[in-house]
Amino acid sequence: MALSGLEIYKLLPKTNCKECGQPTCLAFAMKLASKAAELSACPYVSDESKAALESAGAPPIRLVVIGAGNKKIEIGNETVCFRHEKTFFHQPGIVVRVKDTQSPEAIAALVQKVSDYSVERVGIQITLDGIAVENASGNAQTFAKAVELVKSKTSLPLVLLSQDAATMEAGLGAAGDSKPLIYAATSENWEDMAALAKKFNAPLAVHSNQGLSGLATLADQISKAGVVDLVLDPETPSANNSLALMTQVRRLALKKNFRPLGFPMITFPSRFASSPEEETIVAAQNIAKYSGVIVLDNFDPTLVYPLLTLRQNVYTDPQKPIQVKPDIYTFGDPGPNSPLLITTNFSLTYFTVAGEIEASGISTWLLIADSEGMSVLTAWAAGKFDAEKIAKAVKTSNIVDKIGHRKLVLPGFVAGMSGEVEEELPGWKIAVGPREAVDISAYLKGIWTPN
Amino acid sequence: MPVTVETPIEKWNGKVREVTLGATQAEGGTRTSTVTVGGSATLPFLHFEGSVPHRPVIAIQIQDVDPQDWSPALRAAWGDTTKDVVAWAKKAAELGPDLIALNLRSAHPDAGNRGADEVAQTVKSVLGAVGLPLIVYGPGVAEKDNDVLVRVAEVTAGERLAIGLCEQGNYRTIVAACLANGHIAIARAPIDVNIQKQINILINDMGLPLDRILMDPTTGALGYGLEYSYSVLERLRLSSLQGDGMTQMPTICTVGEEAWRAKESKVSEGVPEAWGNYAERGVIWETITATTQLQAGADIVVLRHPKAVGLIRKTIDLMMAQ
Repeated sequence: MALSGLEIYKLLPKTNCKECGQPTCLAFAMKLASKAAELSACPYVSDESKAALESAGAPPIRLVVIGAGNKKIEIGNETVCFRHEKTFFHQPGIVVRVKDTQSPEAIAALVQKVSDYSVERVGIQITLDGIAVENASGNAQTFAKAVELVKSKTSLPLVLLSQDAATMEAGLGAAGDSKPLIYAATSENWEDMAALAKKFNAPLAVHSNQGLSGLATLADQISKAGVVDLVLDPETPSANNSLALMTQVRRLALKKNFRPLGFPMITFPSRFASSPEEETIVAAQNIAKYSGVIVLDNFDPTLVYPLLTLRQNVYTDPQKPIQVKPDIYTFGDPGPNSPLLITTNFSLTYFTVAGEIEASGISTWLLIADSEGMSVLTAWAAGKFDAEKIAKAVKTSNIVDKIGHRKLVLPGFVAGMSGEVEEELPGWKIAVGPREAVDISAYLKGIWTPN
Repeated sequence: MPVTVETPIEKWNGKVREVTLGATQAEGGTRTSTVTVGGSATLPFLHFEGSVPHRPVIAIQIQDVDPQDWSPALRAAWGDTTKDVVAWAKKAAELGPDLIALNLRSAHPDAGNRGADEVAQTVKSVLGAVGLPLIVYGPGVAEKDNDVLVRVAEVTAGERLAIGLCEQGNYRTIVAACLANGHIAIARAPIDVNIQKQINILINDMGLPLDRILMDPTTGALGYGLEYSYSVLERLRLSSLQGDGMTQMPTICTVGEEAWRAKESKVSEGVPEAWGNYAERGVIWETITATTQLQAGADIVVLRHPKAVGLIRKTIDLMMAQ
């Protein structure tokens, strides 16, 4: 994490010698913090401080890439503990586990379903991210065959699960140069696993159930052995302690710049679940709180779709909300005499209005104007939803070919500009709808007429 | 070389205020039990950092008119019980929630437009049928809310009901009724931390003590604005931990109402196959909305589907186990 001016100041000589060109060390520190000066301008900074300042420049949570094909899982490099502080950048990879004890047919079928799963939400295709192959058989050959089979069926990234280094090597051999995540190095096998990670140029998961000190010790040893792309698994027997440990890892990395734990994490929701629904609940918690890879034991569209939706929600940049495409949207089966409403293309505005129109049961046309993703009042205040923009939205759509009347309903909050819209749209009647979406149903049912 | 990790603890100056819903006979009401929420001195479920003295709790939402507009998947779970609000309240109580939330929908002009006296009697009947503390919502039309909720507050004086919704545009009458009759006011703001704080202050300025206010910062369903209410809940919890007394009220989230309005929960035909099985989808939609709000700081979740109640209770058990 970037250091603040004051934190940098503590590392400077504090002599105010002015040789760097700044009046005081504090002023120099402020320049450094805003990247308006170079540390090399200070002739007296100690080597220790120099090292500290340089390492502070590296991301506090390392970016780790799993997979080598078109589809990769990129995780880590987060900068905040709460999404409202900035945004979460790299959404967790959600992968489904198969076991090498399953029949080849069952594995092939499941892998196919996971690879094919795709659904559009708010204009974005949402998909699953990978397959985890577990060595449940205890046999290296069986594991290698299963990996080979999975690899032949999908281009998604893989996670290979085995604690035995020789078995893992067989699996990695079958995975070729696809850079799967190796799961996992433990205090018993870490030297062999680290050697495999180097040999196959693949990221390595680090597992410990000995608390964060145990995990940090292991991760530190492995880093020093030259493997730098790590993924952490702080296993613990309870769901709430899992949340506690993951919160602590995130805080240590971001707030203390604690290098041994500066890596993304992997979770197995089934550890705390006794049914597929419970697995989904734990996975949902993992999405919001800090997991980088989530390994599911169950694939069921009913359970996967809400998780992918949640992931999209949580990883939406609060500063850049998702927009819907400016267009005509239909509800029910609207005809020439159906009402025509207009609102902005801020996704929350759209979905709120859409939900209310749907709830009314009245077939309706909804015209979405391009307000650059702003809500009605914000867009109006910013001039992104004014009479001109509204008229443009009407004219550039082909709505006039679809309706018999010429009546447009504005959101109630912008009632004040109905006169201006009438001027921009000669021959149209401009009606004022409710201020709040919740009243749309009553409006459509009771008040709206085409005349 | 072993690496020693020091547990990173945040030092907070404040905590969520405790609010007790319901009053027993000894306390001037008729409830067989009361429920205290709030009190957390840390972020949700972070037991290592501070005290979490009370579990988040579950309210089951019922209403005094058969909800024919509810999703078929939700109606199927309750069957005929929804036709009689007292029977419904009893059946809901059997599922072991902490609270019952009663919507006085029948007072809505679109749903019968019942008068205040009749509706107040309904509340009395429900109080007679179940011993749990009660949350009472008006029909959501300002004029009727004021009429009906005042009468309800009077005939249930001393029961320490939670009554809502008090919004910036309409709160005085309801707050005055809560103040005069020993009830709790629910302050609702539209997913906005500043407006939430403002309405809390306005209510408190009328003389209602801070331990008789709940915050409802508005819930966005999964896929329909969840991220906004998630972040507002987190910001409110952080603000209360940082010591802002005017955001320290416990939070209540109307999860069921929002999640069951989502298209995913309502519509069974003409939707993508990738959405999965209709009969189960709404329950999961409600459940994931609820767990996410709990994780962000909800103290009370108001649910609708019996199965979601079971799943959420188990989740709370897991997160509170020491």
